[in-house]
Amino acid sequence: MALLKSNKVIYCLGNISPSLGVLSTRNSSWWGGVQMGPPDPILGVTEAFKRDTNPKKMNLGVGAYRDDHGKPFVLSCVRKAEELITAKHMDKEYLPIGGLGDFSKCCAQLALGADSEVLKSSRNITVQTISGTGSLRIGANFLARFHGGPRDVYLPKPSWGNHTPIFRDAGMQLKAYRYYDPSTCGFDFKGALDDISKIPEQSVIMLHACAHNPTGVDPKPEQWKEISDLVKKRNLLVFFDMAYQGFASGDIDRDAWAVRYFIEQGHNILLSQSFAKNMGLYGERVGGFTVVCNDTEEAKRVESQLKILIRPIYSNPPMNGARIAATILNTPDLRSLWLEEVHFMANRIIKMREQLVAGLKKEGSSHNWQHVIDQIGMFCFTGLKPEQVERLTKEFSVYMTKDGRISMAGVTSANVGYLAHGIHAVTK
Amino acid sequence: MSVFGDVPLAPPVAVFKLSADFREDGHPQKVNLGVGAYRTDDCQPWVLPVVKKVERLIVEDAGLNHEYLPILGLPEFRSASSKVALGDGSAAIKDGRVGGVQALGGTGALRIGAEFLRRWYNGVNNTATPVYVSAPTWENHNSVFADAGFKDIRPYHYWDAAKRGLDLAGLLDDLEKAPEHSVFVLHACAHNPTGTDPTREEWKQISEIMKRRSLFVFFDSAYQGFASGDLDKDAWAIRYFVSEGFELFIAQSFSKNFGLYNERVGYLTVVARDSENLSRTLSQMEKIVRTTWSNPPSQGARIVSKTLNCPELFAEWKSNVKTMADRVLLMRDQLKAKLQALGTPGTWDHITQQIGMFSFTGLNPKQVEYMIAEKHVYLMASGRINMCGLTTSNIDYIAQSIHDAVTKKSHFFRVENKLNRSLGRCLINMVGVFSPDVLCCCATLLPQKEKTSFTDH
Repeated sequence: MALLKSNKVIYCLGNISPSLGVLSTRNSSWWGGVQMGPPDPILGVTEAFKRDTNPKKMNLGVGAYRDDHGKPFVLSCVRKAEELITAKHMDKEYLPIGGLGDFSKCCAQLALGADSEVLKSSRNITVQTISGTGSLRIGANFLARFHGGPRDVYLPKPSWGNHTPIFRDAGMQLKAYRYYDPSTCGFDFKGALDDISKIPEQSVIMLHACAHNPTGVDPKPEQWKEISDLVKKRNLLVFFDMAYQGFASGDIDRDAWAVRYFIEQGHNILLSQSFAKNMGLYGERVGGFTVVCNDTEEAKRVESQLKILIRPIYSNPPMNGARIAATILNTPDLRSLWLEEVHFMANRIIKMREQLVAGLKKEGSSHNWQHVIDQIGMFCFTGLKPEQVERLTKEFSVYMTKDGRISMAGVTSANVGYLAHGIHAVTK
Repeated sequence: MSVFGDVPLAPPVAVFKLSADFREDGHPQKVNLGVGAYRTDDCQPWVLPVVKKVERLIVEDAGLNHEYLPILGLPEFRSASSKVALGDGSAAIKDGRVGGVQALGGTGALRIGAEFLRRWYNGVNNTATPVYVSAPTWENHNSVFADAGFKDIRPYHYWDAAKRGLDLAGLLDDLEKAPEHSVFVLHACAHNPTGTDPTREEWKQISEIMKRRSLFVFFDSAYQGFASGDLDKDAWAIRYFVSEGFELFIAQSFSKNFGLYNERVGYLTVVARDSENLSRTLSQMEKIVRTTWSNPPSQGARIVSKTLNCPELFAEWKSNVKTMADRVLLMRDQLKAKLQALGTPGTWDHITQQIGMFSFTGLNPKQVEYMIAEKHVYLMASGRINMCGLTTSNIDYIAQSIHDAVTKKSHFFRVENKLNRSLGRCLINMVGVFSPDVLCCCATLLPQKEKTSFTDH
């Protein structure tokens, strides 16, 4: 009983000095020394949004597509696939460690193209993963264990916030190359080439395949070509993150162009794919991880080691989402329907970009907002500074990440005017 | 020149290799007693009737979508999972000091718990803190804790091969000798692979020492309901430890008791001293989840949550679980009876004394080899069989095969056992010295026989 009363004292001690806290809290709790973790910068936005009671509130935080009524959108091809699957009455037996074979195959085909030489010579290994995060983590763990080169992974500046902790937790170190030019709200091509030319050989370089997150700024094809040449010259290991295939331009082949070009140029890449956004399968956690190898023999060795990595994390992946994705990709009617729906989603985003810029002009903003239209994909790097973001959130209940990133998917024809008004108010 | 030129070919995971070999075997009487999944008396996978019902409800619910779950999982699933483990009337739950993390199967729950312990338990950075797993244990326990960063994973005595039961004295001795604050992975019920559980009195003894010596309790609960057919009975040990005031983790799997193997439904229950410690712990677990899988898959959690939170569905589920457990109990009875009727040498009481999906038959590696090669009956090198693989159609064949294996291969038994025991002791001593990585290497280099004796002893 004395132990319970001394809890408060012990907890205070814990705040003064963690180790002291541990020693003295040992008798009361094992976790006395555990610090409160900060809320996740991206997912934390949604949680703050939920608590807000303002009827005009807007959630422009997490990248999840919304329809023009601001509602989550379940694709028709997904619903149809689910009906087909239910009718088959399949069992629930464990998948292999590398996941559903049908899925891995069509996942690779989608990214690489059906006529890819890599697929024809079976020199890739593609495993089903827990969406994009799970894919990146498997890749990071694989690099940490087997990559003979430097421990450094070079990310574009800025990159998706979760890239850094994923690679760090896997035991890699993070460095950056210039990418976003705040003065133009566009691509810092010269800066990128300059930094990349200095990266030590055999380092890992992470590239966003399309619809760069958070900036929405993508290199043009000619620029990709120069980047490829330079990366080859520096002998860097390329890791592509493709979370938005189809979502950027509305065309899946166009969005995969950079990935396919690099492979044609001889880069044996690592590739992470997510089906969260382009199939709206967010919570089902559907993704793939691919390693392009020299030959089938190498691919088999790599596959065996990926399984050894995966087994102690989650044993084998979940079936539901992968089964839906495979059904869609492998059923001609559903595949066409899917392509239409992806095109539709991408187009709605593009329309919202145009309407936002028009709205800002109407508000009388004197700033140049062209970048809102030039940027591509779900996100827009508005160029707003943290103080302006804070005001936008506090005064207008518009929720977004501190870096000024907004998810265009959260904008609708009903609220785009309000958003323009708010952005103008904090930037005029 | 390839970046991956030096990547070695890894050995396949044994239990999956066994299934692969089984699939390729064309023999008409082949039987798979390997991987732990329930089978009906027609040797078919069984999707629980309640699961079929709930899945239809989910697909037909136009109000449901595929949005992201919160990082820690579906809220209704989380609360229901803790309740299933700790009981409806749990004082700890009422006190607000129970929480948890939805995870990808029992494996995922173990991994999140292990990662957290390595970072935050007993001061930060616990790579050197000893983690004890039973000898033998589910083989993935070693890898989970090793990959989470623990460098010192040790066996604790558990299976007594000579008496084919629990080596209680060895176990208690290991508890007394373990460094304070060591982590112990305990099987809540239906021990995998031996099927041998401590009695309630034995659990009390284990608890007393663990409390006195400040050892950390990490329960692996993959078979609640599956062992005895009764959820509360199977959770007795967990609830006893909670009532004794331990802060502990429970890695729960709904793979077996819901038959939801491929949907990856699991939960890490966290019991802390109070809600304040709990919330800080969960906040750190969120960070671990975020870099592992961001947020968990929704389908399986929805099915389990709907079932557990609806009284009629919950009752139907309990009866489905009992169906599975009862069939296993029946097969145990029948196998023992048939072996006794055949006059198979040795005692076979352990078949019915053991509990859950698995039975540690006591067959030695040569006998196992014989079973596979000559009889096309596939079982693990350790002698572990999945009782669910037995049916009224194949039980005679299996009993006869065991009988033949024992009678034809028994003259190797005593000699091999001595050899295996001394090799086993040697390997167990090595564990404390070498890192798990080295041990894994050694294990893969050693021929099959020695590898088996490590897991048997």
